Amino acid sequence: MPSPGDVKYTKEHEWVRVESEVGTVGITDYAQDQLGDIVFVDLPAAGASVSHMQKFGEIESVKAVSELYSPVTGEVVEANPALANSPELVNDSPYGEGWMLRVRLSDPGEIDKLLSADEYDDFIAQGAE
Amino acid sequence: MALNEAAAGTLLRTALYDEHNQLGGRMVPFAGYEMPVQYTGIVEEHHAVRQRAGMFDVSHMGRFEVHGRGAARFLRYISTWDMTRLAPGEGHYSAACRDDGGILDDIYVFCLEPERCLVVVNASNAPKMKQWMQDHIGKWDARFVDRHAATAMIAVQGPEALGRIEGVIGAEFVRSLKPRRCGEAEWRGQTLFASRTGYTGEDGLELVIDAGAGPDLWRALLDVGVQPAGLGARDTLRLEAALLLYGNDMDEETNPWEVGLDWVVTLDDGADFVGRNALAGLKERGVSRELVCVKAVDRGVMRSHCDIFRDAETVGTISSGGYSPTLGISIAMGFVPPELAAEGTELKVDVRGRPLAVRVVPRPFYKRSKPA
Repeated sequence: MPSPGDVKYTKEHEWVRVESEVGTVGITDYAQDQLGDIVFVDLPAAGASVSHMQKFGEIESVKAVSELYSPVTGEVVEANPALANSPELVNDSPYGEGWMLRVRLSDPGEIDKLLSADEYDDFIAQGAE
Repeated sequence: MALNEAAAGTLLRTALYDEHNQLGGRMVPFAGYEMPVQYTGIVEEHHAVRQRAGMFDVSHMGRFEVHGRGAARFLRYISTWDMTRLAPGEGHYSAACRDDGGILDDIYVFCLEPERCLVVVNASNAPKMKQWMQDHIGKWDARFVDRHAATAMIAVQGPEALGRIEGVIGAEFVRSLKPRRCGEAEWRGQTLFASRTGYTGEDGLELVIDAGAGPDLWRALLDVGVQPAGLGARDTLRLEAALLLYGNDMDEETNPWEVGLDWVVTLDDGADFVGRNALAGLKERGVSRELVCVKAVDRGVMRSHCDIFRDAETVGTISSGGYSPTLGISIAMGFVPPELAAEGTELKVDVRGRPLAVRVVPRPFYKRSKPA
């Protein structure tokens, strides 16, 4: 299934959807499928700063823990409160209810450094890591 | 995030490899084999085993037979439990130790006939154990028969496991097998071994059949509603049951006294076996560390190699850790000094730089309710 076209992607398997200088950040369907059952998501609180391709949190699946990297630089407006009790939303709805952060972008131009849906799909088709 | 799936390389395949692919199993390298880590999802497969019936391809585990008049005495010599006590149809868990008492492997021995035993060893230790058994067998009136590649092994586990297997291999044979007992029957013209054993904390059987008939047996079990489960669920299930994993919870630097395997060491029969003197001495001196079960109080998942500490001092290491689908929190086993091993002891585990509050709890984490 092709990845949604309305978001931009990182090679670390995060996505961001930008609406009026606020980016919503999550992980891709491919990533949630590779991770398997997600049991905890550790996210920064509102007000925290995140930076382009810097670690912003951790995600624990039954199998393993992985670090989360921010596609964008800015200030966290909100972390998805539903994930504290329902981390499985990331498996069930990675581009929807399983979102992780809303970030007020300090450098909207960074978006151009990210992959389009086609580029991301090519990347995973070539055996992403 | 980093998603590492190691390349397959030159891995062995079990007789059920095509079945796993057909079922969409996600294959990963494990102990030199390409094995399914999951089919639909670890948690779902875990619950299927806890609530209904699941099956695992465990053909990667080593299967060796020992034939001859000296079979039981040879097996007693290379293992810590007195295998000469086994009558046909009985099995027992044991350890094989080095001269210094370090654990070479944990093994299961089944007595099939007075002069024929089956030994099941860990996949990761199979080449080592084969070599070691062959090195020692010469002194005994016994013969080593490698059945590893020639057979397939399927573990069927769960509260509904026995009932479902009855529909495949016959109710009479299944009902004849009491816990830890074993036997052989004929299935579609092949000899089928079955034992009432497993590695999940549930009731069930482990089946061994000729490799060529393995796929037929697997499909027959699928047809009666047994759900395939992968190595991921096998690990979460065995951890909840606090069953040891070689390479994590014990290795050649670990002795049976440290990991609660006292019950598989027979010293009172006076018989000579490899490691006997060392084990007697170690018992006398007492252990400096003990394997305990710990349960997280807060969120966070303990993994193997995490440090255990108390009052800012490192006191031990997690040997196996993970998330318990049944309990909904992280559980682990780890080594601590004996004075910190008492139930209720409060400790911290370093989960990637953050302290996670944990408590020592009774073993196991999960125990199935006995049928009425």
